[in-house]
Amino acid sequence: MTVGPKRRIKLPETVAAGDVFTIKAKITHHMENGFRLDQNGGRVPRDIIHRFHCSFEGETVIDVALEPGVASHPFFAFEARVPRGGEFTFTWYDDDGMVHTETRSIDVI
Amino acid sequence: MKLNRRAFIGAGSAAMSAPYVLAQGAGRPKVVVVGGGAGGATAARYLAQDSEGAIEVTLIEPSRTYFSCFFSNLYLGGFKSLEEIGHTYGTLPASFDMNVVHDWVVDVDHAVKTVTLGSGARLHYDKLILSPGIDFVDGSVDGWDLGAQNRMPHAYKAGSQTELLKAQIAAMPQGGVYAMVSPPNPYRCPPGPYERVSMVAHVLKKTNPTAKIIIADPKPTFSKMALFEEGWATHYPGMIDWVGPDFGGDIVSVDPDTMTLSVDGDVLSVDVCNVIPAMKAGHIAEVAGVTQGNWAPVHAGDMSSKLVPDIHVLGDASQQGDMPKSAFSANSQAKVCAAALLSTLTGAPLLTPGYSNTCWSLITQNNSVKVGATYKATEDKIARVDGFISQVGESDAVRERTYLEAESWYLGITSDMFG
Ligand SMILES: Cc1cc2nc3c(=O)[nH]c(=O)nc-3n(C[C@H](O)[C@H](O)[C@H](O)COP(=O)(O)OP(=O)(O)OC[C@H]3O[C@@H](n4cnc5c(N)ncnc54)[C@H](O)[C@@H]3O)c2cc1C
Repeated sequence: MTVGPKRRIKLPETVAAGDVFTIKAKITHHMENGFRLDQNGGRVPRDIIHRFHCSFEGETVIDVALEPGVASHPFFAFEARVPRGGEFTFTWYDDDGMVHTETRSIDVI
Repeated sequence: MKLNRRAFIGAGSAAMSAPYVLAQGAGRPKVVVVGGGAGGATAARYLAQDSEGAIEVTLIEPSRTYFSCFFSNLYLGGFKSLEEIGHTYGTLPASFDMNVVHDWVVDVDHAVKTVTLGSGARLHYDKLILSPGIDFVDGSVDGWDLGAQNRMPHAYKAGSQTELLKAQIAAMPQGGVYAMVSPPNPYRCPPGPYERVSMVAHVLKKTNPTAKIIIADPKPTFSKMALFEEGWATHYPGMIDWVGPDFGGDIVSVDPDTMTLSVDGDVLSVDVCNVIPAMKAGHIAEVAGVTQGNWAPVHAGDMSSKLVPDIHVLGDASQQGDMPKSAFSANSQAKVCAAALLSTLTGAPLLTPGYSNTCWSLITQNNSVKVGATYKATEDKIARVDGFISQVGESDAVRERTYLEAESWYLGITSDMFG
């Protein structure tokens, strides 16, 4: 079982050489924007995923800074092409200091 | 009126029955109500009660026992017995001046204003009220049709389907998978699928804690989503997996023979597959010619059909504007419709129509959330005026009060419907 918030990733297990394919990645997170007031009138502290990073074999694919205006459960869909088989690493950086990581392998045929 | 029955049972042609139709004008006006559910039973009751015999009311409903969809999820969760959600029609004719006929309406002829029953009998109406609830859109879930409803129940019409689903949940192997295919909008009871998931999780947590629930959903968001997500994370952590359209929750097919569910090409073996297909107005609405697309458009002031005169459509089957398809809504619309017909048929004073709705959902024992609103009739639709919704992070005491409200609503609406 994964620890921390639920992550979901989708990409093909195999692709033909030279093919462009779609990668989808989503994390379940409330993205508390820091502007809401609680029942006692106090501010609910900001708690968001502030960065999402995806790399392939150490090379950055995308690197995104997220702002408090982003809705809960941030979702990314982007395209990639890889020169050979290897491993994608997906990393989400949480305001609470936690870093959530997932990896997925792909084969090129 | 002695003539009535003989005149219309077996009257063969429109030409023959037309003179009788005119002759009827002299007697009590006749209102025929099709469907003894939240809309129909309420309308029949208020017409009979408030007209004090001035209107002849006939309610036609095939079932002798109405199992309410509302609270059927609580039956799945073990909080209600089947008997507690079953209601019979004996009190209505005994307490109010009305007929209750247990049969299907199979045809409506609005040119001569008659309905034909399954038995072949025909009844004349001056005003017809249709509240037939929903049917399913053929082919909306790839691989599923009504022939598969035993293997993959919908349990979206309550009764034997709900019993079957409950038995299937009880028979799941340890660590098994319960899958739900959630319907696209609009459908009856927007929070219904998610209350159901909560109730299934409540049962599995006790009997089968390693089981999993997966929901394939064509909708990017759903009713009370934040409240359900909070409830699921708190009470059923790790058990429920919701797959929205961003991950192919809208690209679904099922195979009842192999008990598999495919979501965006990923094939999963499942132990229970609760397929809730897309919905449309109950078939008789289409037969009556009051539908446009899947639903029956109505005027907001009195729920009268926009397409056919002297027919009113209530509840789930109607397309009225902003109200969700719920029993609360159907009951509220029925009262407005009954008041409008009382005014037209007996000259009773007409009040400005107002509508309301609240949908409660049980998340775990004594813990309910709600969403609701009031509505008014405008030129083109029933329009939302203002609303309220439970908040995330509410105390157990607040949630328990909300649950108790739901209990008293259920008592209230069922005694409104069945006397
Ligand atoms: C799981 C679930 C949970 C729900 N929970 C809630 C809730 O908590 N609160 C809430 O407000 N709503 C709830 N609902 C929604 C509610 O059940 C419906 O919105 C409501 O029943 C609609 O009323 P209706 O009169 O349109 O249809 P129904 O109540 O379905 O009544 C239709 C009746 O018409 C009869 N009929 C159909 N065709 C014919 C025909 N040709 N001739 C004669 N009779 C016919 C049927 O037998 C049926 O009895 C829930 C629904 C589901 C499925």
